[in-house]
Amino acid sequence: MKVTLWGTRGSVPAPGPETLKYGGNTSCVEVQGTDGTALVLDGGTGIRRLGAHLPDSLERVDILLTHLHLDHIQGLGFFGPLRRSEVETHIWGPASTLHSLRERLSFYLSPPLFPVYIRDMSRIILHEITEGEFQIGEFKITSAFVVHLDPTIGFRIKSPSGTLTYLPDHEPALGPKEYPFDTRWTSGYDLAIGADLLIHDCQYTSEEYKTRVGWGHSSMSDAFKFGELTQVKHLVPFHHDPNHTDDDLDRLLDKKIQASRPTFRVTPGIEGTKFKLDGAGPGP
Amino acid sequence: MGQQEIELILSRHWSSYLNTPIFIVDPQGNLLFYNEPAESILGRRFAVTGEMTAEEWSTIFNITDEDHRLLEPHELPLNIALQQHRPVYRRLYLAGLDNVQRHIETVCFPLIGQADRFLGAVAVFWELDD
Repeated sequence: MKVTLWGTRGSVPAPGPETLKYGGNTSCVEVQGTDGTALVLDGGTGIRRLGAHLPDSLERVDILLTHLHLDHIQGLGFFGPLRRSEVETHIWGPASTLHSLRERLSFYLSPPLFPVYIRDMSRIILHEITEGEFQIGEFKITSAFVVHLDPTIGFRIKSPSGTLTYLPDHEPALGPKEYPFDTRWTSGYDLAIGADLLIHDCQYTSEEYKTRVGWGHSSMSDAFKFGELTQVKHLVPFHHDPNHTDDDLDRLLDKKIQASRPTFRVTPGIEGTKFKLDGAGPGP
Repeated sequence: MGQQEIELILSRHWSSYLNTPIFIVDPQGNLLFYNEPAESILGRRFAVTGEMTAEEWSTIFNITDEDHRLLEPHELPLNIALQQHRPVYRRLYLAGLDNVQRHIETVCFPLIGQADRFLGAVAVFWELDD
């Protein structure tokens, strides 16, 4: 399994000289299987560049949406394969009580917000998901609701070479008076337990989190605690606050690693970073 | 044991902040949690009782109607919410584990989560000033 980060920013794109290192594109991660299966996790603005890098021989791609907040779907309309008739694009997203996935995506992918209707895009097959398991190529995928604003799914993606857990927008510390809490009562626990690679929300500093409780995101500190609780092997702090510069993120991460001495490996969520899970332990 | 459903996790954490007694059960009626205000009515701390099967809690608490007739398990408001998937309101008497009988009123409602997943039921109750 090869994992590539194409967008690691949260909330809104944050291009500029102060974010050149970590990148300004919003959430998008590519997962490649050894059998050629191509998964895309979220359709933030990072998906535009990913689309341009996919091979011409591509016949099918599967996009797994954790939720439909704009920073996770904003790039969909600019995903090249949606203009290629030979490519079948499967989009998997959380079911909702009232509106179908197609209707909810159409709120954005239609005028006046976007000039092209979703129905005019090439060969899209939509799948509504809740909690459960499904198979795409070599990947066995488990989906489950997690704590965030509006119905949001987290993913555990298992292949013969390892397990990736993707929780880009997640606030497991919301609720318990002391965090971390009992594992049975912690959002995302079953998805993350023992994962080889955990990509997790770390939007805020601990100080910022104090005034943003309930906004659906984690502090860097809580993301590390979640990593310890779930005994992951490797953590990728992700979904960086758009106001955090490269210098801010370098400083925050260094300070956190020095202070907590985590038992797992930590690799900053920097756009362009690649990971390979080969059964021998993950590594960028 | 696996992780609880997200709606149950949020219900438990939400109830732990409220000053209203709340009692949460799973789809089989097994007790998952009651909050601190409920402890004073049920007569024992949750930390002591812990989780209980439906059979245990429905017999360990002595619950009667306002004429002091013992309610059968199928008559308990929480069980009606569980079995019929509808909210129920009732006044009754409850003797907790401290053997003190209290006059209470309760609203019980089913927990139906995303994708119509049936996840259990919640009882909210108050002690009445007789």
